[in-house]
Parts: sequence; structure tokens; C-alpha cells
Amino acid sequence: MKETDYKVTLSLIVNGETRNVRVLPQRLLSDVLREDLGLTGTHVGCEHGVCGACTVLVDGAPARSCLTFAVQMEGHEITTVESVARDGELSPLQQALHEEHGLQCGFCTPGIVMTFEAYLKENPTPSTTEIRDVLSGNLCRCTGYQNIVAAILKAAATLREKGVE
Amino acid sequence: MKPAPFSYHRPGSLSEALGLLSDLGADAKPLAGGQSLGPMLNMRLARPAHIVDLNDLLELDYVRRTGDGLEIGGMTRHHRLASAPEVRRTLPLLAEAASTIGHYAIRQRGTLGGSIVHADPAAQLPLVAVVLEAEAVIRSRAGERVAVVADFLQSIMTVDLADGELVTALRFPVPPTGTGWGFELFSRRRGDFAIASAAALIELAPSGAIAALRIAIGGAGAVPVRLDEIEHSAVGEFPDGMWCATVARCIAEAANPEEDPQIPVPFRRELLQTLAERALTAAHSRAAVA
Repeated sequence: MKETDYKVTLSLIVNGETRNVRVLPQRLLSDVLREDLGLTGTHVGCEHGVCGACTVLVDGAPARSCLTFAVQMEGHEITTVESVARDGELSPLQQALHEEHGLQCGFCTPGIVMTFEAYLKENPTPSTTEIRDVLSGNLCRCTGYQNIVAAILKAAATLREKGVE
Repeated sequence: MKPAPFSYHRPGSLSEALGLLSDLGADAKPLAGGQSLGPMLNMRLARPAHIVDLNDLLELDYVRRTGDGLEIGGMTRHHRLASAPEVRRTLPLLAEAASTIGHYAIRQRGTLGGSIVHADPAAQLPLVAVVLEAEAVIRSRAGERVAVVADFLQSIMTVDLADGELVTALRFPVPPTGTGWGFELFSRRRGDFAIASAAALIELAPSGAIAALRIAIGGAGAVPVRLDEIEHSAVGEFPDGMWCATVARCIAEAANPEEDPQIPVPFRRELLQTLAERALTAAHSRAAVA
């Protein structure tokens, strides 16, 4: 049998759109997002769940897309960083990261944005300690984290003022 | 860093999953949360011919009160263990330990059953399952059996599970009201594998003396170590600060950790002593006189 014979056709829901792909069962969700669907906002760092760069939302909860096989995702809703800004306007978290200089090279940023888009819905009033606990799952080698923590605190305050949709 | 090829199966029910695992035998690997198996597949440390995905088995994701215990389904995620009011109220030791596993995103996926079967010697859930005297419910096409987790864990990443068997739930006896608990671990960075850990439960008699002590340590061997002799000799003692410090020293001396070039034995012993003392102190401070 040729490799293509083992491929499976999947119907995935990504950022609210149905996308069809034909991939091998061992294909990582991170690779499908980036290479098959062209959604390169999801970054790939360590490929074993440590760095957090590839974090996306599965049914609203953060998950490492490098530890998820695309074939598992039929029937689940995948949300990537591409959907966070609406109509060209940054989300409160993205805006706060910009204002507080919460990024330099930006490699880790999509994973941080996705993790905290979910976490701030679960906990709208996080303490610095809680933010640091959650942020421990995303490695950043530029900022030293201080400005990321400041940005998340600011985003939480903005979201509280606006009222979470 | 890409997995070797495998065939993928997605059973829609437990009986279908058990049938697949039985038919495929040693060539199949059940996939729960994938937070340990995923890296092993990516690094090709595991190369199963078949993956049986358990994530559609919603019937294995539950927390249920059963008489004097709590039964928790094998596919219950760490985040639920850490945050479910029923777990926090009746088994705060389990909830606290679950809240320290990996990171927030990891806890959304990782499962109780997966952690117990993976049996990493550094992991939190095997340790607390041992000290809480939990039992594993194991199903196969042939039927059901129940194993004490302390016996189920045999060695590093080795458990008493035959091909075709699946851990479907854990049964935790709920400690008596007033039982104090303590859980401590040390890792160099938050979310890393723990170098050492300790879990303790203290029940007090009306006099304030210890009626029952349970203590187990992790990072001191291939599996979590329950310290029976120390537990027995503690009964009737008054657990003041001096007592906690003395017992912690005995625990560190009794521990027999393996030599590791990066973690010398004396360092690990010191960690175990400090963590045991903190766990005992916390357990005593949380214990209420019966």
C-alpha cells in the first residue's frame, strides 16, 4: 500500500468554519493547522507539551495541539489565535500585551493569548500568583514575564469593565 | 519528533473499547488525555500499531458519591479533580495534588486513569491514591476486577494490567470528618516533574493525640512509599512541632532513593525531610479533634 492509502478524510471545525483535510492518523493537530490549513499563528516549539507555544482551544479549553492528533478532533471545535482579533480590532488581552510590551519576538505569544483567553473566562479576577501559576505553562525567553503578568492583569480589568461577552 | 504510523480507533462506548483492546491485544495502546503518551509517541519511545482513543467515553468522566467513598471515572480530567466542589470538600488532598500537575493546559486534558496507569514515580496522583488507600476498578471483555492501587503500582511505569484491560475508575474511601491533610512537593520549576513529594493524613483522638497517621513519599523509589512503621509508632503521640521534625528526620533516614547524577541522594533526603515535616505540620494544623 502507498502512504496515501492510509490517509483519512477529516472534517474539522476551526474558528467556526468547517475545513476538510486528508491526513495520516498520526498527523499532529499543530501540523494540520499550520501546514494543511495555513494557520501559522499557532507556533510549534518543543513538540512534547512543555513550551506551550502551540496551545489552542478545544471546545473552549486550552490544549497543546502538538499532543493532539487531528484525527481526534472531529466533532470538536478548535479555536486558534487567528480568530481572537475581531474585524481588525485586537482583543483586550492582545491590546494589553501590546501596550505593556508583553512580547518581544512574539514566538510564545499565541500560546499565551489562547491560554488566557480561556483562563480569564474561568477566573475574571485573577491574582498575580494565580496568573503566574497559569503562565508557568508558557515559556517566554524574551520578556522575563513581568510585562506579560502586567498585561494579563490589565486585560482582566478591561474585560471586567466591558463585561465579558 | 513526529509519531511513527499507527491505526486509529475511536470507540463510542466502553464495551466497544474493551472489545477493541481485547482483539488488538499488545499491539494496542489506549489514549486518554495524551499528556504523557503524546510526548512518548512524538519521541517514538512508544510505537503502538493501534491507538484506541478513549476520549469519546463520556461515561468514564464522573465524580460520584458511593456510600462512604468517592468513585471517580478514569477519564476525569485533572482540572475537574482540582476544581470540583465534591472533590475539594471530601478529598481536599486529592484536589490539591491535582492542582499541582503540570500546567493549566495540561490539566485540561490529562486524566486520573491515565496518570495511574502511566505510573510515573514522580507523579502526584499515584502518591495520593496510595495514601488515600484507593482502589482501581479494572474492566476487560472478561469482566471486572478491583485492585488496591498500592499493589497495582509495581515499578517505574509498570502496573498490574493485562492486555485488554482498562482502568475505568478509582474508588477513594473518604477519610473520617476532622482528618487533617498535607501535600508538599518540590520541583525546580513550577510544573516540572517533582524531585520529591510527601502526603500525610492525621486523625486526632479527643485528647489531641494521634489516633491514626498515614504518610507516603514520592521520589524515594520506583513507586510511592507508604511508611507503615512510622505510622504505627505515631499512634498516641502528641504532634507538636518537635514531633513533626523528629518524624520527618526518621522518614528521610528510612527513605532509600536511587542515586541520580543530577540529584544526589543526600539532597533528595534533605528534600524529603523538609517536605515530610511540612506535610505533617499542615496535616496536624488542619486536623480537628474527633
